[in-house]
Amino acid sequence: MSETSATHVAHHAPTSFIRKYIFSTDHKVIGIQYWFLALFSVFLGMGLSLLMRFHMVFPDAKVSWFATLWPKGAEGGIMTPELYLSLMTMHGTIMVFFVLTTAPQAGFGNSFLPLQIGAEDMAFPVLNMMSFWTTFLALAVLVMAFFVEGGAPLGGWTAYPPLSALGAVAGPGMGAGMNCWIVSIALFCGASLMGAINFIATLVDLRCKGMSMMRLPLTCWSWFVTAILSLLGFAVLLSAGILLLLDRVAGTSFFLPAGLVVNDQIQNHKGGSPLLWQHLFWFFGHPEVYIAILPGMGVTSQILSVFARKPIFGYKAMVYAVCGIGFLGFLVWGHHMFMSGMNPYTAMAFSILTMTIGVPSAIKTFNWIGTLWGAKIRFTTCMLFALGFVSLFISGGLSGIFLGQPALDLYFHDTYFVVAHFHLIMGVAAIFGMFAGTFYWFPKMFGKMMNETIGKIHFYLTFIGVYCIFTPMHQLGMAGNPRRYADFKEFEFMGQLLPVHTFITWAAILTATAQVLFVINLIWSWWKGAKASDNPWEATTLEWTVSSPPPFDNFAGKHPVVYRGPYEYAQPGAPKDYTMQTDPT
Amino acid sequence: MDMAGSLTSGVWKPQGPPPPVPDDPGGGSGGGRGASRRATFTGLFVAMASIVMFFAAFTSALVVRRGLSNDWLPTPLPGILWLNTALLLASSAALEMGRRALRAGAREAFNRYWTGGTLLGALFLGGQYLAWQQLLGAGIYISTNPSSSFFYLLTAVHALHIAGGMAALLYVNVQALRLRLGPSKRTAVDVTAVYWHFVDVLWIYLLLLFLIWG
Repeated sequence: MSETSATHVAHHAPTSFIRKYIFSTDHKVIGIQYWFLALFSVFLGMGLSLLMRFHMVFPDAKVSWFATLWPKGAEGGIMTPELYLSLMTMHGTIMVFFVLTTAPQAGFGNSFLPLQIGAEDMAFPVLNMMSFWTTFLALAVLVMAFFVEGGAPLGGWTAYPPLSALGAVAGPGMGAGMNCWIVSIALFCGASLMGAINFIATLVDLRCKGMSMMRLPLTCWSWFVTAILSLLGFAVLLSAGILLLLDRVAGTSFFLPAGLVVNDQIQNHKGGSPLLWQHLFWFFGHPEVYIAILPGMGVTSQILSVFARKPIFGYKAMVYAVCGIGFLGFLVWGHHMFMSGMNPYTAMAFSILTMTIGVPSAIKTFNWIGTLWGAKIRFTTCMLFALGFVSLFISGGLSGIFLGQPALDLYFHDTYFVVAHFHLIMGVAAIFGMFAGTFYWFPKMFGKMMNETIGKIHFYLTFIGVYCIFTPMHQLGMAGNPRRYADFKEFEFMGQLLPVHTFITWAAILTATAQVLFVINLIWSWWKGAKASDNPWEATTLEWTVSSPPPFDNFAGKHPVVYRGPYEYAQPGAPKDYTMQTDPT
Repeated sequence: MDMAGSLTSGVWKPQGPPPPVPDDPGGGSGGGRGASRRATFTGLFVAMASIVMFFAAFTSALVVRRGLSNDWLPTPLPGILWLNTALLLASSAALEMGRRALRAGAREAFNRYWTGGTLLGALFLGGQYLAWQQLLGAGIYISTNPSSSFFYLLTAVHALHIAGGMAALLYVNVQALRLRLGPSKRTAVDVTAVYWHFVDVLWIYLLLLFLIWG
């Protein structure tokens, strides 16, 4: 890697369309590219979940366009269980990797890390561009799985062997489709590693004068810790993916035990262990949860402080809590494997470590509430979404305490209780963080204000909607409703739960429909929105010292100098109720 | 202090250290001279950390897989591996001597050493290919045994990292031979050399792994 790719070498704004908008090395453009990639993915993933919800409630419905889309998976217009599982797999994979990992970190992080630390660009702009296009390729390969012979894979986003390691004999989609999945994830790992290297080098070495670590906005701390988690986690997932691919194509037996008979065919493997995959996968998989949620915590901290017009309560505690969550995140992967026949003493150790994460999480929640306490809150749309994040983080986190107990997890693990838990805390909370970030930074990204009225209607519908979807799932789980089942009519006790499923499905359809408001708001604001001033929210961090959108080199040839922390609101004796980080007086 | 009072009044009273003196902005480097060199080194060390995790995952898989069952047969290491190891160590030494020559301003000596190091690296890759040929000739394939699976896998993945290093070595070499190795290219020289030593150490580690647990 030569220094030509490093940032201090002045680079001029490209003029051609391709260099400016497609193969751009400008972090702001790359951030927006990631953001659009995630936007496309979230609607794709949401569409798949609606199909699943529809099938659960109307398993025998004949839908002619199902048959058109999936001639084999939905012959005669009725969805097969295999098709249901492939939709589930693709929904999980797209949402976890291409939405939750992509938008909060690569999207907003790319857009605003250099701006918030006073740098001209990321440390390695060309690497940054490669990272985005590798992610794009990964998404393309994943979506390709729908169109190869056998269709999309059935293995879930966790792709547990032995079935994921066997090939087409394990079911439709487990041949070429599963290969697409593995290649896509391997590409995604590579892209994330490139991104992580860039984030860490940028934050460590390109901070402007005066920007000490303890003056960093909490967003930057979150992106930094997330980058470290990505760096260490995705490297392990890449290893695991290579081993899985070799088991499938090279005849090795890393994950495949002897004596397997699948679909009446004896499998010619011996000696491997499916549990080995689970360990490698969850060593990545648990930090992945924090990769999804930490940037949302950063955005929430930022927005709560700005719109409460108060300094964040306990800045240092927030920093140490983020670091603590990141560190502990690597020690708890076993709590995903309580069902695997794990030694109870090992389970106990993982359980205690899991409970320990409650401490930094509680510190964060306490400090968010401390920030809000007694404040004159400005209830903008982004503030509402940040408050929604806090709410979802609490309600999703509380069920985690139940699942962290091996004795309870044995019962809950394969039920809708887990579905409710991880959707609330990892899925919806993180997506609320993205909405909050979008409403907060849209003026800086696109130079226009978003419409507050549509934004608030969208917020209330979404907030009520997601609780209507996921709260009843806890009850379903407690009632013993298993997850991953395509339909429930075969089982008498689950038949009684069908009204709850019907309610959830209607809630899901209405909540998904409400997202149209978000798209309308985006398009309308982009096209006709009021022009954004440099600092519409009266915030203090560096991105608000430059024009909206910022110039190509971020600070128009100047080198910003920072004199104070990022949350100086309502300072006694200050002329205004906020003091910019660059204000020396 | 009355914490509850300060919370409910909505007025924040400064706690902890006093605000910084305005004309003394400590902290960040300012992104000025040397920032890109430091960032490049940070990037390199961070990349090395992820490569360590990548190989650590394979290692733990090897240890677990080996301990699991009774089908593990040690793979006989091809004799050429020892020659390859010597070639790789020699190439690292050549790069280091080249860097010393460059620091002393001896550009020609640098070119000779660096070209030598690059060639030795290429020979290592060729030698690894021959090692595979020897194993294949003995009827040991990737699927023959878990031990041979790990041997082929780890040597191939290591060879990919070597190939990446070769690209960097060649880049520096071309720049040097075209007399374009100005002071601003020194970072490329140093980063490439450090990375090359790293994959060198990685190979020694893998060799020990094969010897002890292979």
